[in-house]
Amino acid sequence: MQSTSASGSFVLSREEAQALTKRVLSLSAADETRVTVTSERSGNTRFADGGITTSGSTSDTSVTVTVTFGRRRASSSTNVLDEASLKRTVDLASRLARLAPEDPELMPELDAQTYSTVDAFVTATADLDAEARAEAVSRAISAASDAGREAGAIFAAGFLEANARSIAVATSKGLFAYHRTTDADLSITARTPDGTGSGWARAGARDWTAVDPEAIGRVAAQKAVASRRPEEIPPGLYTAVLEPQAVTDLIPLLAGALNGRNADEGRSPFSKPGGGTRVGEKVVDERVTLYSDPADPALRGQPFDAEGLPIRRMVWIEKGILRNLSYSRFWAEKQGKQPTGPPLAGGLALVGGTRSTGELIAGCARGVLVTHFFYIRALDPRTVLQTGLTRDGAFLIENGRITKPLKNFRWNESPLLMLNRLEDIGRSEPTAAGRLMPALRIREFNFTSLSEAV
Amino acid sequence: MRPTRRDFIRATAGAAAAIAAGSAVGLASAQTVAAPAADPLALELANETLDAARSAGASYADVRVGRYRRQSIATRERQVSGVSDNESYGLGVRTLVDGCWGFASTNVMTRGSTRQAALEAVSLSKAARAAQKRRVELAPVSPVVGTWITPIQRDPLEVPIEDKIALLLATNEAALKVKGVRFVNSGLTLLKEVKTLLTSEGTNVTQTMIRVGPSFTCTATGGADFQSYEEELAPRGMGWEYVESLNMPGNAERWAALAAEKLMARSVDAGSYDLILEPTNLWLTIHESIGHATELDRALGEEANYAGTSFVAPPEKMIGSLRYGPGFMNVQADRTQDGSLSGVAWDDEGVPADKWLLIEAGMFKDYQTTREQVARIQKLTGVTRSHGCSFAESWNAVQFQRMPNVSLLPGERDVSVADIVADTKRGVLIRNRGSWSIDHQRYNFQFSGQAFYEVRGGKIVGMLKDVAYQANTLTFWNSMDMIGGPGSYWVGGAFNDGKGEPSQINSVSHGCVPARFRNVTILNTARSA
Repeated sequence: MQSTSASGSFVLSREEAQALTKRVLSLSAADETRVTVTSERSGNTRFADGGITTSGSTSDTSVTVTVTFGRRRASSSTNVLDEASLKRTVDLASRLARLAPEDPELMPELDAQTYSTVDAFVTATADLDAEARAEAVSRAISAASDAGREAGAIFAAGFLEANARSIAVATSKGLFAYHRTTDADLSITARTPDGTGSGWARAGARDWTAVDPEAIGRVAAQKAVASRRPEEIPPGLYTAVLEPQAVTDLIPLLAGALNGRNADEGRSPFSKPGGGTRVGEKVVDERVTLYSDPADPALRGQPFDAEGLPIRRMVWIEKGILRNLSYSRFWAEKQGKQPTGPPLAGGLALVGGTRSTGELIAGCARGVLVTHFFYIRALDPRTVLQTGLTRDGAFLIENGRITKPLKNFRWNESPLLMLNRLEDIGRSEPTAAGRLMPALRIREFNFTSLSEAV
Repeated sequence: MRPTRRDFIRATAGAAAAIAAGSAVGLASAQTVAAPAADPLALELANETLDAARSAGASYADVRVGRYRRQSIATRERQVSGVSDNESYGLGVRTLVDGCWGFASTNVMTRGSTRQAALEAVSLSKAARAAQKRRVELAPVSPVVGTWITPIQRDPLEVPIEDKIALLLATNEAALKVKGVRFVNSGLTLLKEVKTLLTSEGTNVTQTMIRVGPSFTCTATGGADFQSYEEELAPRGMGWEYVESLNMPGNAERWAALAAEKLMARSVDAGSYDLILEPTNLWLTIHESIGHATELDRALGEEANYAGTSFVAPPEKMIGSLRYGPGFMNVQADRTQDGSLSGVAWDDEGVPADKWLLIEAGMFKDYQTTREQVARIQKLTGVTRSHGCSFAESWNAVQFQRMPNVSLLPGERDVSVADIVADTKRGVLIRNRGSWSIDHQRYNFQFSGQAFYEVRGGKIVGMLKDVAYQANTLTFWNSMDMIGGPGSYWVGGAFNDGKGEPSQINSVSHGCVPARFRNVTILNTARSA
């Protein structure tokens, strides 16, 4: 068992994971036991100033044991997989559980479930080795150098990683769930030698062959060249065209607001004043639909959660109307709802438009084009208000055309409130593993101060 | 030639005695827990891994074997929401071939697997030669043999779990006594890391790091509003004695009353105010606007694709020339500080812990460095050693430059926060950490807090809410006109400072005193449309 996960190219198979969960379950004398086995293998290559700075690979397999006595529960984990360590881990979890007070919200472990079949494991991603990564990085750096030549010697920094992972959940009541997945991600920041221009591009996918290193290098450098010597416009409310990567930075922040318990308890923007939730009400523009679905070929998410609960398609917002909130098993039972698992478990997609980012720019009389965002932090949970900054390419749009580079802005804006000020929504595209996002054109986006950062 | 395993153990015991006498890091006299020696199996495998790396062509190699244990207890109101105890154990090997780094790691502690990791690291080093821009050169360091442990009186992992749960539930019960307070979360995160580092240059050190992180947050609801308050219970590199010293059950009612009071607080009028920051807020501003800005890897662009670069660049234009703040501003980096989160005896390259000034009398003086960075600024600073800032979050992550404790040193006069308030005509005082955000070159930041007070005519006249301050780093620090004295010094910190790709976390402390900043922009963060 150990040699399988140590140095082979692949993560634990269904059979290997099941054998390990059975071994651990057999060590437990608790009323109920849950075993989670996670096995992963990652390789990465990091570069700066046009050269590789570090590269690494790691493999790990860990076992988490959750035991229950009556209404008492605790968990313990280890990545040391010999018999003695597994036994020690089961014993430690059991000791902790016996000492824990009774949990009035404890739900019994699940028995056997059925899951959607999701094929998220791509061998080309799992097999991406150090030589192939170095070669891809070299191609991306060359493309950036070529595309940025008019600005001089482009400083290219970036990161390429490829991960393979498998997860299995088993309970003493007969549940067994297994899923394996891969993801690859390449991003590049290109900076001009005069220090006034910076561009960025990224692509992520389950399938490495869907990532085009040259295109990423080229786009990053083109943005760097175009963003040189940015000009200042005063902070204020401007129409903003958010590229799909910028939308990917903001929309998942709605996940917390989708928590049904918080809404029921009166501490969410989806709480109804005086009690209850806003399910059934229009909460954003009617062109917007937000959903999670592990079986969607564009998302390919994990079809179960940490307890082994099946994750199915959940439409959170349909044509502007709040349709569903996320419910844990305990809260669902208490409220007479179906449990959903956590909101991002099955990936996240925002859909509703057909136009390209270019068409959204063409339809803008005056506004700010945003490449992506940085350092986003919550300001007020009542409105999902966030603060953050634009980064690596902000541009002024005038009469449907990009006219000049702009200094970066700090902004204070809410992904929820802004979807009520939607001018246009673009065609959704895969932006990262498990994300399908469009460009958006938002009226009166609140840019609050200028940043000198390039 | 390296010593045998038996020699290692003997040498280790000798070095431990020398450190216990206080020669290396000035251990607290109250310390009662001795530093453990390396696990013999770990030493044997680490030695063989080094040999395998050298045989495969590495000109330099280091091996870290780490055992990381994390116990967490989380509670809400009258129940425990989670109890867990996790361990992670494995080996990571870093190699240099023709000046290129490679790194590989494994959780399987067998001869075959760790040897395979060594070969893989060497092959990664070789693959990196295809895109090499600069040859890595390491600043010299004398080989060292020894052991060290965080100075503690009581190992937090040895405290019975029922005592910990009782403490948290008593804390919650006290908070729930306050009218309007409906939700309370409290928790404990307790960490113990045992790390053995061997290098091909002969270093062999084993360190045991112990850290504790208590937490408390509550929420009061009233009408259509809800307001939360989080107490700033700084995580520390200390034992259970620190958790006890906080008296969480005795203080929780007072903390919870602040959440209820916030419901009634006046929403701030946006504008320009003199800003008084208590150390419970200022430590994070130091972290973001000084700590990260003075990391040499950022200044050189190595972090450009993720955490960002720095306005404190290029080094040749900044060292000795950049005015960061007023003449009474001194900022010290320090990995020798007792009780701090990044306190160690040696870093992850075996470099002895160091203490040095980043900013002296308001002028920028030096960066944070690792061995490979020294040559990049040596001619500018005259410093020929690494400052010992190499760190990896785990056995499965490669070490790189991470922030040491970075602290604002107290002023000479014994000024308290009350003295600063008494001297302020129109201002806002902020306690504890709220929301925080800063740009990728560390110019523009915006921070919030947990409790806000209006100051008028030298007095606190009432509570405010919806407050954030926004400023530019150099404008902000140069507007500082008053700081507290030695009696007002307090150490904050965080477990989870992220940097690097793949992202790694680092634990770091920041000591500081209260301070006043003139004419700072205050925003109102409430928004309804």
